[in-house]
Parts: sequence; C-alpha cells; structure tokens
Amino acid sequence: MSIKDSLDLRGTAVPVTSRESDAPREKRSVVQPSRIKLYEPLILGTLSVVLALTAWQLVANARIYSILFLPGPWDVAQAFVKLFQTDDIWLDIGTSGTEMGIGYGMAIVVGLVIGLLMGWYTRFQFALDPFVNFFYSTPRIVLIPLFILWWGIEMQPKIAVIFLGALFPIIINTMAGVRNTEAALLRVARSFGASDALIFRRVVLPGSVPFILTGFRLGIGHALTGVVVAELIAAKHGVGQLIAISSQTFQTPKMLAGVVLIACTGMLLTAILQRIENRFQSWRPQIR
Amino acid sequence: MYDRSAKLAATGVVIEYWLHRSKTLFTAIKGVDLTVRPGEFLAIVGPSGCGKTTFLNAVDGLLPIADGSLTLDGREITKPGPDRAMVFQQPGLLPWRTVLGNVIFGVEAQGSMSKSEAVTRARHQIELVGLNGFEDAYPLELSGGMQQRVNLARALLTDPEMLLLDEPFAALDAQTREMMQLELLKIWSQTRKTALFITHDIKEAIYLSDRVIVFTRRPGRVKNELEIKLSRPRDLRVKRDPQFLTYEDEIWESIQEELAVPAERLMKGVPAA
Repeated sequence: MSIKDSLDLRGTAVPVTSRESDAPREKRSVVQPSRIKLYEPLILGTLSVVLALTAWQLVANARIYSILFLPGPWDVAQAFVKLFQTDDIWLDIGTSGTEMGIGYGMAIVVGLVIGLLMGWYTRFQFALDPFVNFFYSTPRIVLIPLFILWWGIEMQPKIAVIFLGALFPIIINTMAGVRNTEAALLRVARSFGASDALIFRRVVLPGSVPFILTGFRLGIGHALTGVVVAELIAAKHGVGQLIAISSQTFQTPKMLAGVVLIACTGMLLTAILQRIENRFQSWRPQIR
Repeated sequence: MYDRSAKLAATGVVIEYWLHRSKTLFTAIKGVDLTVRPGEFLAIVGPSGCGKTTFLNAVDGLLPIADGSLTLDGREITKPGPDRAMVFQQPGLLPWRTVLGNVIFGVEAQGSMSKSEAVTRARHQIELVGLNGFEDAYPLELSGGMQQRVNLARALLTDPEMLLLDEPFAALDAQTREMMQLELLKIWSQTRKTALFITHDIKEAIYLSDRVIVFTRRPGRVKNELEIKLSRPRDLRVKRDPQFLTYEDEIWESIQEELAVPAERLMKGVPAA
C-alpha cells in the first residue's frame, strides 16, 4: 500500500488497520531466504545440465554420425563404468595422481615462499622478475620434449611440467597479495611500533590469503593441463595416456570417459579450494 | 609564558619531502614552534594542505624532521614509541579481526602486555567507548562512527602519555561527529591524557580544546594561538555560547587571511622544478 492510501484527502489520518487494503502483508524474513531461493543455483544448474545431456543423447541417438565420432552420454557412462571394472584404471589414476600430488605440492611450497619473498623484498623481485615473466608468458608444456630428453617417459617429466605449470600463477598471485597490503594498515602497525616480523605475520600474511588461495586455484588448472598433455605425448601409464591410447584405438566412449575423469578431478579440487577460501573470508559481509 | 615542564616541545621544526615525480624538495612545515602542556588538550587547525597532519606524523615518529627539535618529556622523538598513540583519520582496522582483536592490536604490536591481560583490559576499554556487545563483530559490519570508536579504543588501550588524533571525526556525518566529540570529551576527562588534536573544523577545535593553534598555509608555521577559557565539563550547548562564537570568529578570520592569498604567492612554497 502507498502512503497516499493511509491519508484522508482532507489531511486527517485514517487508522491504517481499518483499511480494507491492509490485508496481512506477505511475511518475508530478512534473515532466512525462502527454501527455493536458497536452492535456486543448484536447481537451475542441475536443470541446465540435464537439458544439455538430453539434447546430446537425442542427437547421438539419431546416429547421423557413427558412435566413433559422436558417442552419446549413455555410451560414455557405460564406458566409464567399464573403466572401473578393470585394475588398469587404478594404475593410471595412481600414476597421474602421484605426478599431480608431487608436482602441485612442490609448486605450492616453492611458489608460496618465492611469492612472499618477492612481494616483501623489492630487490628479490627485481632479481627474479625476468624469470617469472619469461616462464609465465611461455606455455610450460612446450618444455615437455626437453624433459623427455632428460628423463625419458617416466614420471619426472610430468612432475616437472606440473610443477612449472602451477608454480607461476601461485608466485604471481602471492606476490600481488603482499603488494596489495593496504598502506593505512601498515601505517597503523608502524605507528604502534610493530616489528617487521609482526607486520608480516599479523598484517601482510592474513591480508594476502585470498590472493594466495586464488593462485592455488589457478594453479590446479595449469597442473591438470600439464599432466594430461605430458601423458598424451609419451607415458607408460596415466589418465592422459589412457585418453591417448583410447583415441588411437578408436574407442571414443572410453576416451571421453577419461576426459570426464579429468574434468571431475579438476572440479573437485577447485571446489575444495573454494571452500577453504570461503572459510578465510567469513569476515566479509555477504553480498546478497 | 609557556609551562616549563612542557610535555611536547617543538622548536623550529622543518619537515621536507622528496617528490619523486617532479624531482623537487617539498617543504611541508617550515619552523613550527609550539608546546603542549601536561594534561592539556591542544587542537591545531589550518587551511587544507597546511601540513598539520604531516606535523602530527612527525610527533608520532612516522616522519623524520629535517631541522629543529621535537621532544616529548625532554627526549628527542625519532621513532614511534609506546608513550604516544595515534587515532587515525581512516580507522585502519584489520578487516579479518573482530572488534576485540583490533582493539588489542596496538598493545600486541608493542608487545607490552600478555594476551590474556590485553583481552581483559580491551573488554573494559570497549565498554568505555560504548561498544559493548560488539566485541565479536567485524569492522565491515560496523558504521563509520563505531569503527572510529574501535580506533580510539585501540589507542587508549596502549595507555600512552600522549594521545594524537588526526581528524578522527572528519569522515563522519554531522550528527555522529557531534556525538563522538561529546564522547571523546567524556573519555578524555576520565583519563586526562595530554592530547594533540588535528582538525579543519573550527567548532570542533574550540569545543574540545584548552588551546587552539592556527597554522599558516603551506609551508605551515604557527600563525595564531588562542586560549579557550570555556568551563568544563562542556556539553554541546557550549557551541552557542557568545564566548564560543567570539573564538570562532577570531580563528575563522585568521584562517581566511591564509586562504585569501594570491595564487602566485601560494606557489612560492614550492621550489621551481
């Protein structure tokens, strides 16, 4: 109801409650949004995926193209299940997982340390900037042939590529986080006589956490690219190798099952990191 | 004329900046002489850009002085110390820390108190600035006025000899500002700490202070000095007292002279590039 409704035209106020138009208002709580609103992202997301899969299945069923060129989602699902009925798949997952774990783990540790140092000490940054810029602007996977030359087709070249892939986004984001420390906060800390160590631990580091975690998250994408591409080129085992062999032997559904496996891994890892990021952001007021 | 046992004494203080962009030396403060007596509330007003905040930063020890001397209790000021605490214009709160965590940040940085003692005292301090119930709130959930209360509590918790306030209420709306002035006086009257208050708000300066100092335009010097003889405690009605208005006129005139200077004379403060 509008303000005009509650006023008599002669200017005397009319008790609002006696008005017919004053039916009980729809109660909307500010604290808790309705159920549907809450699950809206999930519902819409699921719906669109189901729709896309159905469309794909229909096109595939029409068999305009053979299963070799366009398997349907059902074919891929069957291949996926079959994949896990063999023991080979665990060897592939184990190999890729180990490569990923070692390479990405090293990238986190080294990237964090170098990034913090480069952000905190300007001279360190000046010295390392050329290398960071060179490697960051080069797709690291072009180094795979060199690594294969050095180490053969075992795990080492993959680990190296994963490491280099994830390292630079982590370095660059961590450095940006340190550099983005608010000048006002530094001034407050200095004013209270804080030591450099305390400023670093209590002001710079917590302030950089969102940047650092973003670096980790970007690193995952690069690392996954590294593991798959390296295995595509030459490997004994691994999910990338599985994809390559399936493709070369015209087992397209199996190949796509491998792709799904990689995609799921990436989504899972990213989701975990997103969770961690949210935990660290609990002090930020909700946007909605 | 000055109290012999001055808390803060500035003689011929010069502060210069090196401007990287234009490669020039910039004189912000040129020969400031002033003293702050123990327990006194002194305000510095001046035209915008006159170097009053710069001067306060030097008193805090954040900026070196190029010439002259700046002493607190007779000791030369060279760096920040626990004997001074600043209340900043921008609250400068750590957004990931609660009110309580931010209030203890000052003593934590100084390393002058155990954590448990700091927390106990901080709770008391939070109550003193009227934030009880908000200990666990995050800064982004607070209004500007409440953030400044945290800023003030953080400084008070370090129990400094001297409180430095850099236009702490400048960014607040008019009503909140008046309330904060009243509260500041209430808190100050309980602690009677020597206070140096920077503002461009003439009314605010008179209302709060025992003495008001007017700075010239840049490079800043002391232009005028005014003893405020209004009885304490002061409520907000003091601002309409005839004596108050006389002070206001006098200070305003003093500042106006600084504003009404031809542009070419304003430029003289800056050496040619």
